[in-house]
Amino acid sequence: MTTTVFSASLPIEEQLIIQKQVITGHRSGKRLCVVTGTHGDELEGQYVCYLLTDFLQRNADKISGTVDVYPALNPLGIDTITRGMPGFDLDMNRIFPGKKLSSLSDEVAYAIIEDIKTADFAIDIHASNIFLRELPQARINVNTAETLLPYAAMLNVDLIWVHPAATVLESTLAHSLNSLGVKTIVVETGVGMRITPEYGQRLFFGILNLMKNIGMYEGEISAQITEPTIVSGDGVAFVNAGASGIFLPTKTYGENVKKGEEIGQIVSPLEGKILSVVTAPEGGKIMTIRAYPVVYFGSLIARIIIG
Amino acid sequence: MKSPYREPFHINGFLFGKGEKSVAIVGAMRGDEIQQQFVCSQIVRLLCDFEQKGLLRKDFQILVIPSVNHFSMNINKRFWPMDNTDINRMFPGYNEGETTQRIASAVFEAIKDYRYGIQLASYHFPGEFVPHVRIIKTFNDITDDAQKFGLPYVYLKTPEPFDTVMLNYNWQVWNSAAYSIYAGTTDTIDKKDAHLTWNAVMRFLSQIGIITKDYHGGYLSRMLNDADFQTVMAERAGFFYKLKTAGAEVRQGELIAKILDTFNGSVLSEIHSPSDGVIFFAHSKALIMQYTAAFQVIGW
Repeated sequence: MTTTVFSASLPIEEQLIIQKQVITGHRSGKRLCVVTGTHGDELEGQYVCYLLTDFLQRNADKISGTVDVYPALNPLGIDTITRGMPGFDLDMNRIFPGKKLSSLSDEVAYAIIEDIKTADFAIDIHASNIFLRELPQARINVNTAETLLPYAAMLNVDLIWVHPAATVLESTLAHSLNSLGVKTIVVETGVGMRITPEYGQRLFFGILNLMKNIGMYEGEISAQITEPTIVSGDGVAFVNAGASGIFLPTKTYGENVKKGEEIGQIVSPLEGKILSVVTAPEGGKIMTIRAYPVVYFGSLIARIIIG
Repeated sequence: MKSPYREPFHINGFLFGKGEKSVAIVGAMRGDEIQQQFVCSQIVRLLCDFEQKGLLRKDFQILVIPSVNHFSMNINKRFWPMDNTDINRMFPGYNEGETTQRIASAVFEAIKDYRYGIQLASYHFPGEFVPHVRIIKTFNDITDDAQKFGLPYVYLKTPEPFDTVMLNYNWQVWNSAAYSIYAGTTDTIDKKDAHLTWNAVMRFLSQIGIITKDYHGGYLSRMLNDADFQTVMAERAGFFYKLKTAGAEVRQGELIAKILDTFNGSVLSEIHSPSDGVIFFAHSKALIMQYTAAFQVIGW
């Protein structure tokens, strides 16, 4: 059943509408919310929502409880290839929990929280932005790691990154929901403005696996579930551009590198010369690699899981 | 910093005097902060003039950075042109991080040791403000010196999570007395508000003894807290037919705007002032969405 979570009038005829698909199982049970599309340029979650909604609607007899699928928390952003909230120049994932009688963006955030806050679990699916490709990963704030790690490990991701707490992240959807007692896990996977079918399918099976483990799904899962590597904040090395130019990778994500090994080059097409050779500061597996070739001094080129 | 195909990116500062690092002034940090850059350029003009006439104390140092983000301003974008990140969400910065973290780090390194910090700031809502001083409430009580600007209002704002990565908050963490000055508009020049604002900064410099001549007086500022604001929302969407602008005195119940149907021009909604007072903020676009903050009114 399609339900409207929030609506507001736009100046000319149109409505801003945030919708969800509610799939109710044949027995009562827990409530899981799968949300995506907070950033309008992150589309990997679209495929996951499609797979999930299609499958669960056909297999409702194997489900206990309710699954709410929110494919577009920022519908104007998705429809207009805009990362933030059009008209406000706002990162929508920095305005939660929102409030009433403040602004449209705050009203939207407030309505989303009100709609999800009674759930038991939430999965907040992000792609990377257009600049980076990411291995499928769950990201957990260190303060919630003890509670969330066992569930994140069920999601069929390659790694779980337990990152330090930061005050600015208190305005994210995941932080707000976790504060309200909704066990919320952020998933990052793939690249912005594109869909990586393999990763979408893996996450789909991961969500089914989570549902099976928490008693919401009693069918089979036709996939091998990956056991993730758990990485803490200091277990990741960052590689930033040492020059401005065009980045040409020689490695890709998922590959292992040795300390000092070349990851790519930054070149000047005008001068026909190499401006900088990008090397691995530590040995390990590349979890993130630059997807967008134009780089400035400091642009993120790669992240490496150390060891 | 070099760029792939544009001219190298520089951040320029103007230094006045030597000795104690007294006041750092930062202008436009976003590409649409035209009013902020205009005000800052006028401050530089006046300080150059005063320096030439011997009206500046030589044992106090002032640093003015009119523009932190002209790479965006030159091409009519608000945020950093490459990745759309906001430099004013990157403080205190990180010199080994991403580009805008490095820019924030370089700027912060240059300004963090000054006793006073003044930022010409803008807000993320499209709208116009009454010129005012804004202080992010931290452990430092710096409200007394805020009066020295002589602007009509000083707003002591309770910080939200995003404030912790902005310049004002981080300046205070480094023990500078940090003031954000809102100069009315953002992407257009309002001469009256700009004049009021640059005079306020010059008055402040006079009050703390850096400018040696007396500067003419300003307002006895009214202190505002979060609870002093009444937000008036748009109940409908349409043309925003504004009858009152920021700074206008209004009576309770007075009609201050109408929202008109965008097809037939009929009145969909009337917006009335919730109290006697002054309009502190007014939405400035011709169109308005439902639930948008149309006005903020402060009561008497």
